[in-house]
Amino acid sequence: MLLLTSTDYDAIRLSVKVALTATLLSLPFGFAFAYVMTFLKFRGKTLLEVLVNLPLTLPPVVIGYLLLISLGKHGWLGPLLESLGVRLIFTWKAAVVASAVVGFPLLVRSIRLGMESIDRQLIHASRTLGARWLDTLFTVVLPLSRHGIVAGSSLMFARSLGEFGATIIVAGNIPGVTQTIPLAIYEYAAAPAGESAAVSLCVVAVVLSVLVLLVHEAIGRKLARRD
Amino acid sequence: MEVRMAVRKSFGAFDLQADFSVTGEHVGIFGESGSGKSTLVGMLAGLSAPDEGEIFLDGECLFSSSRGIDLKPERRRVGIVFQQPSLFPHLSVESNLLYGFRRCEPRRRSIEVASLVSVLKLEPLLRRGVNNLSGGEKQRVALGRAMLANPRLLLMDEPLSALDDAHKFQIIQYLKSASEQFGIPYLFISHSLLEIRLMTERVLAISGGRLAGQATPEQLARSRMGQSQVGYINLLKVEALRKMGGMTAYRWGTQELFISASEESPPSTMYELSSRDIILFKKHPEAISARNLLKCTVVDTFPSGNKVGVELLCGSETLIAEVVVQAADELAIQAQTEIYAVIKASSFRRLG
Repeated sequence: MLLLTSTDYDAIRLSVKVALTATLLSLPFGFAFAYVMTFLKFRGKTLLEVLVNLPLTLPPVVIGYLLLISLGKHGWLGPLLESLGVRLIFTWKAAVVASAVVGFPLLVRSIRLGMESIDRQLIHASRTLGARWLDTLFTVVLPLSRHGIVAGSSLMFARSLGEFGATIIVAGNIPGVTQTIPLAIYEYAAAPAGESAAVSLCVVAVVLSVLVLLVHEAIGRKLARRD
Repeated sequence: MEVRMAVRKSFGAFDLQADFSVTGEHVGIFGESGSGKSTLVGMLAGLSAPDEGEIFLDGECLFSSSRGIDLKPERRRVGIVFQQPSLFPHLSVESNLLYGFRRCEPRRRSIEVASLVSVLKLEPLLRRGVNNLSGGEKQRVALGRAMLANPRLLLMDEPLSALDDAHKFQIIQYLKSASEQFGIPYLFISHSLLEIRLMTERVLAISGGRLAGQATPEQLARSRMGQSQVGYINLLKVEALRKMGGMTAYRWGTQELFISASEESPPSTMYELSSRDIILFKKHPEAISARNLLKCTVVDTFPSGNKVGVELLCGSETLIAEVVVQAADELAIQAQTEIYAVIKASSFRRLG
C-alpha cells in the first residue's frame, strides 16, 4: 500500500514537469549541437565536445554549484537575468536548468549516433535534387535521426527524473515548490519515521522509470516497423 | 552540353589536375578506381570545391576561385545517379521520385511524371517503400528521381557497378532510352570500358589524377587492347535464333554464328567476344572442332601495346582480332588480304 501525502503528489507532478520541460527545451539545442558535431569541421571542436560532455563526468553537486554562482543574484549572468525580470535560483525553473545541463550530453550523444549513421550520399542527393541546406535538414537529416532523437529524449527524461545533486544546490528542497521525487526521498530518509513514505516514493520512481523505458521501446518498435 | 573544367584539388598524397573542354550529349569519363573520376563529379555537382580553378557548364560559370564564385549544388541543376542508388529510406518510391520534381521551378519542368514512370516501368513500384526493392529497381527509381528534377546535365557515377550483369544491361537500356526521350545529356563515369562503349560517344580518359586524353570509345578500346587482360571486346548484335541440337544459331549480319547458349536464349540479343578468342588462319583450315569458321577480309591493322589488332570485315560486320607481332609477321597480315577467323561456340558471352 502506497502512503503518499499531498506534498508527495506535488513532488511527483513537479518531477514529471521538470523532466518534460528540460527535455523539450533541450531538444532543439541538442539536435543543433549534434548536427554541428557530426557534419561540421572547425577548430576547437574537440574542446567544445569536452565542454558539453563535462556534466557526464563532473559530480552533479559541482554542476549545481557552478550554476548557482553563474545564475545567482551576484553571478555572471545574475544581473542580466534580473534586468530581464527572470528569477531562477530556488524556483522550479532552476531545477529545469539543472536537469537540462546534466542530461544534455546524453541527448546529444544519442542524436549524434543517429546522425552519424546517415549515409552522406543521401544528403548529397538531396542537395543535387534542388533542396537547400535547411530543406535537407528537415526532410532528410531530421527524419533519419528520429531513432536517435527518441532514444536521447528518453534517456534525458529518465536522467532528469532522477536528478538530485545539482537540483538541491540550485533549486533547494522546498516542498511544493522545488521538491522533486529524489529530494523528497532524501528528506524522508533523513527523518526518523520517514521510511515507509520514502519506500512509497521509491516505488513511484521505479514505476515512472519503467514507464519511460516501455514508451521508448514502443516508439522504437513503431519506427522500426515503418522502416 | 559543354563542360569546361580547369581545376586542381589535393587531399593527402593525391593531387588531381584536370584541364579539359568537352562537348556532346553522351560523354564518358573513364579511369581506374582512385584515378579521380568521382572527385571530378563531386566538383562539377558542387558537392566539393576545387582548391583552385574554374568550372563552366554551357557557358555558365559554376565555380571560379579567382572570381569567388561557387554556385550551391541546388542552383547548378546538375543531377547525379550514384553507384549506390541512395534512395531516401523514409520515403516511398513515389515520394522519392517527386523529391526533386517538387523543388524544380514549374517553368523548368519539361518532363511529365507519368511519362517518365512509364518509360522506366515504375508504375507497380510507386506505393512501395524503397528498402525491399531489388538493386535494379532501386537504380531505376534513382534515375527517375534525378531526371524528374529536370537537370540540364545528369552525372552518372558508376551507376552500374553495384549491379549484376543481368540487371546491368537492363539498366543500360533504361538509361539510354530515358536520356534520349527526355533530352537530358549525361556524363557517364565508369572504370568499365564496355559500359563506356555502350553508353557514350566521346570519352575522357583519366589516370592518376591527370587527364590522359580524349577519344571516341572505339579508339580508346583499341588503344587499350594490348594492355587489357580481356583484350578488345567485340560486341555482336545477333538475331533470328535457330535451335540446332545442343547448339544455337544466330544470324549476325550476313553470317550465321553457332553459339553455346542456354535454353532461354532470346530471339535477338547481344554477345561479347574477346579479340583473344579469335584464331586467324591464312588458309582454309581442315577438320577443326571449332564451330565458327568465317572468311574475312583484313581492313586494317593497328598496334596496341605488344600486340597487333586486326580489323576484319566478315560479310557486313566488323570484328577485331588480336595477335602477337610475330604471328602478324608470319601470316603477313595486311589490309585487303583474305583470312579465316575461327571461333569456338563457347567463346561468346551474352550481355544481360
